[in-house]
Amino acid sequence: MSHATGVKYLKDGVLPHMWCPGCGAGTVLGAMLRAFEELDFKNEETVVVTGIGCWGKADDYLVTNALHTTHGRALAFATGIKAFNPRLNVVVLMGDGDSVTIGGNHFIHAARRNIDLTAIVVNNMNYGMTGGQVSGTTPAGKITSTTVYGNPEREFDICALADAAGANYVARGTACHGWELQNSIKEALTKKGFSLVEAISPCPTHFGRNNNLKPALEMIRWLKEKAVPVEQYDPLAHPKEEGYFPFGRLVDRNAPDFNTRYEEIRARAARS
Amino acid sequence: MQREARLIQGNQAIAEGAIYAGARFYAGYPITPSSEIAEECSRIMPGVGGMYIQMEDEIASIAAVVGASLAGAKAFTATSGPGFSLMQENLGLAVMGEVPCVVINVQRSGPSTGLATKPAQSDVMQVRWGRHGDQSIIALSPSSVKECFTLTVQAFNLAERFRVPVILAADEIVAHMRESFTAPAPGELEVVDRKKPACPPGQYKPFEAGEDGVAPLAAYGSRYVFHVSSSMHGPDGYSNNSPANAAWRVAQLHRKIETHRDEIVMTRSYYTGDGCDVLLVAFGAVTRAARAAALEARKRGVKAGVLQLITLWPFPDLEVAVLGENARTVVVPEMNYAGQVAGEVRKALGPGKDIRRVNKFNGQIITPKDILEAVM
Repeated sequence: MSHATGVKYLKDGVLPHMWCPGCGAGTVLGAMLRAFEELDFKNEETVVVTGIGCWGKADDYLVTNALHTTHGRALAFATGIKAFNPRLNVVVLMGDGDSVTIGGNHFIHAARRNIDLTAIVVNNMNYGMTGGQVSGTTPAGKITSTTVYGNPEREFDICALADAAGANYVARGTACHGWELQNSIKEALTKKGFSLVEAISPCPTHFGRNNNLKPALEMIRWLKEKAVPVEQYDPLAHPKEEGYFPFGRLVDRNAPDFNTRYEEIRARAARS
Repeated sequence: MQREARLIQGNQAIAEGAIYAGARFYAGYPITPSSEIAEECSRIMPGVGGMYIQMEDEIASIAAVVGASLAGAKAFTATSGPGFSLMQENLGLAVMGEVPCVVINVQRSGPSTGLATKPAQSDVMQVRWGRHGDQSIIALSPSSVKECFTLTVQAFNLAERFRVPVILAADEIVAHMRESFTAPAPGELEVVDRKKPACPPGQYKPFEAGEDGVAPLAAYGSRYVFHVSSSMHGPDGYSNNSPANAAWRVAQLHRKIETHRDEIVMTRSYYTGDGCDVLLVAFGAVTRAARAAALEARKRGVKAGVLQLITLWPFPDLEVAVLGENARTVVVPEMNYAGQVAGEVRKALGPGKDIRRVNKFNGQIITPKDILEAVM
């Protein structure tokens, strides 16, 4: 039996990629492209929309349609694409800065609108590309290049935010659980309505180095220890305060998506 | 669209003009004094197979417009000063990615929330220079309900033709003014669609400009697969940081406008046939006061004429120079403090010319009397 490699979606001659050794972005890209292949995505029918940041550079490696946008606004550009042509597979790649820090408003409204997009958020808990500054998902107390005495703010739970805002599908994965991540992405891509996959990823260059998790392997060990499959997750045995978190499918709903609803509006307009 | 004469508002004419031009996607965020455009579009779009989507803010509105345009739509949004400011970064992407789109900016008084319901013409420079980085755009300005319609059609035509954002810099007066208007029949006004690629799909390069300096634009979902980027990119749309490529691309974004200046720059002159001693250079609603002032001045023995700037950017410097050269005095009435257009007129006519500014920035319209005081 042959397995999907996803290689056919990669541009010739772009490897090795630009991401740091130990970064999870390459793993997430691999999982996504294998999911594309398993779902038989066609380049012509697929648009990958990226934001700005380490993960936002992913479109450079792809031969699908792509739109590389501004920081935090990828979901809004993607909304226009999908709203006008619902036949397209629109996949939005953002970091934690893009998705829930500068772009938080678009994130909650894309979920509320339930527009049929798949957002794949690589959360490395800081701004990797610009030198490891604090982001909206940096855990409280952690050290970054702009919180040198510890982060005074609390972190967002990206999945809980998407759930509360009305997303049809929410899953969390990590860059250290490639197979599970690939399956979550596949489920998200086939789900109608707004779907989110958060992939927690090591940033050994900044976050790990600043928070006693070096070398790179330490961050991977840390993720392996703290990530608990949602089926086995017990809040008492796995306290959040100690860094434990569940991964896997967290939300699965079937509310009508924006384009389906808009077709009803068009039908009403035609009758009036 | 009804073909009999109706008494309608400028904002309604803008919405109808967009539909006439083929716009089928509107994304926006309501703001006075532009909101009637959103309301009209929400009513019309679903019935013509189009889409109205109210976004969470103006940043998202222009982003959705750009996305829809790349999916093949003629797309637009409408806003006013505060919202227009929010759109600037993503408008820069439309410039860089060469994405056709139209932004209606119904100008109101500022700064900040200012006199939120009152007219102004103080965004002339924001329209031209609001985005960071080197870039070039096109801007038009209507002075009547009819021009709200026809210039919206023109705005789409120019956006499609040159793959560039076009700003319709209206003002609260023309937007809310009601005039008798008969919509043109289909085919009566030219409607331009973007040039599409004809090459085999594997050879398509979305930023490889043809002889006219404008590359064909495919649509997402067609058989052409393509990359568009806010980052500096080569002809294939992929990132390219070489200095030679960057220099070529930045220059090209300007050249495609500059070399087609004559297709873009529109002006109209009134009462200038016999040459004029006093030339009034006006745009938008103030054109109307300028025309009344010129007629009154002529009654009082001063040969006055009006040059209406229909295109604001690229600036009609040659047209100003030709008519202004023989005038003793040039008067520039505009609803802003700094004389944003007067400065451009000065550039066109040089330091020796008697140029008088009439500026009003209190939320009130410039009257013919205000202008006459500078003429007489």
